[in-house]
Order: sequence, then structure tokens, then C-alpha cells
Amino acid sequence: MSSMTRPSIRAEVTPPPATAAARAGRSRVDPLYYVFLLPSLVIFTLAVTLPAVLGFIYSFTNSVGFGDFDFIGVRNFIAVFRDEGVLGAYGFTLTFSLVTVIVVNAAAFLLALGLTSRVRFRAALRTVFVIPMVISGIVIAFVFQYLFSNSLPLFGQSTGIEPLATSLLANPNLAWLAIVFVTAWQSIPSAMLIYIAGLLTVPPEVYEASSIDGASPWQNLRHITLPLIAGYAVINTVLGFKNYLNAYDIIIGLTDGGPGVATRSVAMSIFRGFEGGDYAYQMANAVIFFLISIVIALIQLRFTRGKGGIAA
Amino acid sequence: MSSAPSTIPVKPVAAGKGQRIPAGPERTQWPATIILIVCTLSVLVPLYVTISMAFKTTGQAVDGNAFSLPSPLTFDSFAQAWTLTNFPRGFGISVFVSVIAVAGEIIVSALAAYAIVRNWDRRLFRWSFFYLLAAMFIPFPVVALPQIQLTGLVGLDNPLGVAILHIVFALAFNTMLFTAFLRSIPLELEESMRMDGAGTWQVFWKLIFPLLGPMSATVGIFAFIASWNDFMMPSLIISDPELQTIPVLQKIFQTQFSNSYNVAFASYLMAMAPAIIVYLFTQRWVMSGLTQGAVK
Repeated sequence: MSSMTRPSIRAEVTPPPATAAARAGRSRVDPLYYVFLLPSLVIFTLAVTLPAVLGFIYSFTNSVGFGDFDFIGVRNFIAVFRDEGVLGAYGFTLTFSLVTVIVVNAAAFLLALGLTSRVRFRAALRTVFVIPMVISGIVIAFVFQYLFSNSLPLFGQSTGIEPLATSLLANPNLAWLAIVFVTAWQSIPSAMLIYIAGLLTVPPEVYEASSIDGASPWQNLRHITLPLIAGYAVINTVLGFKNYLNAYDIIIGLTDGGPGVATRSVAMSIFRGFEGGDYAYQMANAVIFFLISIVIALIQLRFTRGKGGIAA
Repeated sequence: MSSAPSTIPVKPVAAGKGQRIPAGPERTQWPATIILIVCTLSVLVPLYVTISMAFKTTGQAVDGNAFSLPSPLTFDSFAQAWTLTNFPRGFGISVFVSVIAVAGEIIVSALAAYAIVRNWDRRLFRWSFFYLLAAMFIPFPVVALPQIQLTGLVGLDNPLGVAILHIVFALAFNTMLFTAFLRSIPLELEESMRMDGAGTWQVFWKLIFPLLGPMSATVGIFAFIASWNDFMMPSLIISDPELQTIPVLQKIFQTQFSNSYNVAFASYLMAMAPAIIVYLFTQRWVMSGLTQGAVK
């Protein structure tokens, strides 16, 4: 498998060599090709494009999700910007995403370094480290919820560490750290595998040459490894942000948004559109959320372009 | 982990490509090995707690000591979780969603990718590719509210609807994987088959689809892991609680588990076991698939 192609996004855009259709002349396309393409286009249009357009239209109305409604211009958007609950959700989600991206990348990189060095039991260790990736987020969140609200306080009481003596999840200022922890626990494996792939692309000759020149392991890391795998760090950051901004499952399992609304994510606030009758209002929120996601993705992709053309 | 930098291979012994790290025991980095083994505790301890709690009696499970071994060992909690959550039904529904998601993701994306790659010089196919790619930038929460309404309207507020949505949201990524792979397949193979009178339909099913095997395996396993474990989509789309998937059932039964932690953990264990087992048997596709996908 490892010998398979790893084209960059640029390779995708480059036209492939002359295809069968091209050689046969432009006039003849086997109609079957349209049939092959059709299912994707149809389900995508019906399940994504149509709801996206409808949602965008609804965001300018006062609809409650059913019945009659009027267009009310941008009033929903203005209200969203004044809604402390929604702003709080954005603050939490962005902070949480940023911290999680940093924690995950640091841990994943160190694990990848370890697993590509001359350690024993490498395959077995890797097998274990990847397990969290295949466990359901909400299920493992329930497991950690038990540990955070029962076992950790016992530990805190017996060792006298004050902040741990009560449940972390009941503390409005610290509950988000538990969410970072469990999210990182689940996300580290995929980032780690990507870093391992990156580290294995660095030719051993490079290290050989630098050690002949008397470079220390630290200098190797700083001047060879880190620059060469910067592109992989960008991939992990882009993919990570994309997931963490939509955080939902793990939060439901750990805190359900609480205590109070301290850990309510943007996704959770949008889904409340069906509870309080503020359907159109939450659609405006979704539109804003979409724009923010796009802006963050574009900033990251722009950064990628300067890093050797590996795009996510 | 401050000693991690020392684990970089400073002087790799010259070896063949792909065999960059010699396995000679005299060169083993024991400090790094030990640090990594200690780190596996972060993965193993939560799993140990899940398993040991599941085998405890209700009386032992409420004592607050998560790390003690079960004594006496009992299977009662599994039996209770089995009947309480109606596990067979949830399991059947989760399998149903996963099977459709796996088969659908492989077939729908492979067909589209083949049509796109072979007709790349035609605008319609090229634009379709970029149209499908746009899905990568549209997260589910953004379109969720209208989607919930629409699925309800057309009678897809059920497991089938969830499976279809899994196919849709993975479409961009899978189509990208398949197109990249298809471009590495030489056209000559196909042309000789066409010369013998085979049509596009036969070429695809008899030649291309088997060649896509490794990529289909990767797509399929990720489709399984994603659909089996997902909570967000089924919890919002499936309107009938009787038709919920296993992860959602864990949430629904939280209050009924109450202080029967052993029953709760038995239920969690039954929920996570299938994905872990599938992973252990398909590891190499998981590892290689992820890195290939990411580097795209």
C-alpha cells in the first residue's frame, strides 16, 4: 500500500494524460459515464446543496420550522451577534479547538518520533496507540465521565490536590479541559499516523550526512526533522480544526454543555433551533458558522501553499 | 517526554529502502521503548476500567473504586444491558446503517471517480468533481436543520436516511481517493479489453473495480468506523427512538443505567467491541489508508 501514489492537490487539478474519450474524439462519450456520475450528483444535490440553499433562505425569515413566515432581512444576524449565549458558544468552541489542535499535534508528534525510532515492540505499540481512533466518541466520553466524576475526585481528596477534589466536570472554569483531554485522546492516533508517514519520507541519508558534520540529535530535530515535516503539521492542523469546530459527541457524553452553558459548542447551539422555536435564528447562526469555518480553512490552506504544496 | 529528541535515528545503518530502521537488538532504544510503554497506559487504563467494571456486581460497581478487579466475576451485567437496551435490535440497526454506508460509499464514489477520470477533458465531469469536493467545506451542523426537515418530509427520518447521509458526507473525500488511484492505472489495460469488445460497464466491473480493491478496503473500513461510532447524525435524523443506533442508545439509557454502573459499562463495552475487533483484523488498511488520504 505504501507504494501507492500520494499526489498533492495540484496533481488533482492537472489534466491526466489523454483519456480514452479524448482519443476517440470529442464527440463520443459513452452515455454510461453519465449514469456512473449521476448517483453522486443527485444525492449530493438533494442532501447538501438543497438544504444549504433552504437554510440560507430561512436565515432571512422568522420561520419557526413550520407554518407561515415572513422575510425579516438581516435581523436574525444582528440578533446572533448580540446573543451572549451564542457568542459564548463561539468563544468556547474556538478556544477549545485551538488548545486541542496544539495538544494533539504536540503529543502526536512526540509519539510519532518515538514510534519511528529504534524501539522494541514497534508494531504492537502502534496497534495500541491507534485504538482510540476506532472507539465511538460518545461511548468513551461516558467512560471518562465516570472517571472524572468518581475516580479523579477520590484521587484529589486522598492527595490533597484541591481543584481535583470535586468533579472536574462540575467546575465551570475547568470542565472544558476535560473535553480537550478526551477529544485529544481520540484524535491523537490519526495525527500520529500522519506524522509517522511524514517522518518516514525523510531520507535516512540526510541524518547520516548531518551527523557526519557533527550535528547533535537536538540540532537534527530542529533543523532537519521539523522543517521537513512542517507540511504534515499543516495537514493535521487543518483536519483537526475541521473536526473540533464541529465538536458535539464527546461534549454530549461528558458535560452535555454544562455546567450551565459553560461548554456549549456552536453545533449544540445550532441544534437548539428545534427546541426553542428559533429555527430561522439558528439558521443565521449556521450561516455565520459556515463562513467562519471557511475563513479558518482558507487561512490554513493559504499557509499551506508556502509549505511545499502538500495540501489537505 | 523531554528525552524524545534523543530517539531520532542519528546514524541509521545503511539499509534497503523501506527497511530504514534496523531491528538489531543491540541498537534498541530502551529509554524510548519504556516511555512509550508507559504512554500506552493512557489508552489501556480506560479500556481496562470499562472491561473490569462490566464484569462487576452492582454492589461492587458502586463502591467508587474504578480500578479494582471484579470479585466476584459476573456476566449478569451483560445480560441486563442486553435486555434493557434491547441490544439485538440496536445492533441490527447499527449493522444495517454500516452495511449500506460501506457498500454505498465504495460503489457510488468509485463509479463517479471512474467517470470523472476517464472524461477529465470534458467540462461537465471536471466541474462535477469540484462540485463534489465542495462538500469538504460544508460541515453537517451547518445544513443539519433543513436536512432534518427534508428527511422527515420524504420519509427518510430513519436508519436508511442516516446511511445515505454518511455516503454523502464522505463523498468528497472518497471520490478524491478513488480519482487519485485511478489515474495511476495505465489506460492500456482497459484499451485491450475494449478491443476485445467489452463495453464500459464490463470494463468497470471486470477490470477497474477489482483493481480498486485496496482503495475500496480502506474506504470501506473508514466508512464502517465512522458510521458505527457516529452519534450526531442518527440522534438528530432518526425520529423513532426504537430505531436508534447503538451509540445513541447509550445516551437514551443514561438515566435508566443510573447507579448500575456495571450495566452501563457492559453496554459501553458491547458498543465499542465490534469496531475494535474489526480494527484489529484490518489494521494495515486503517494505517495506510489514513496516511494516503491525508496526504492527498
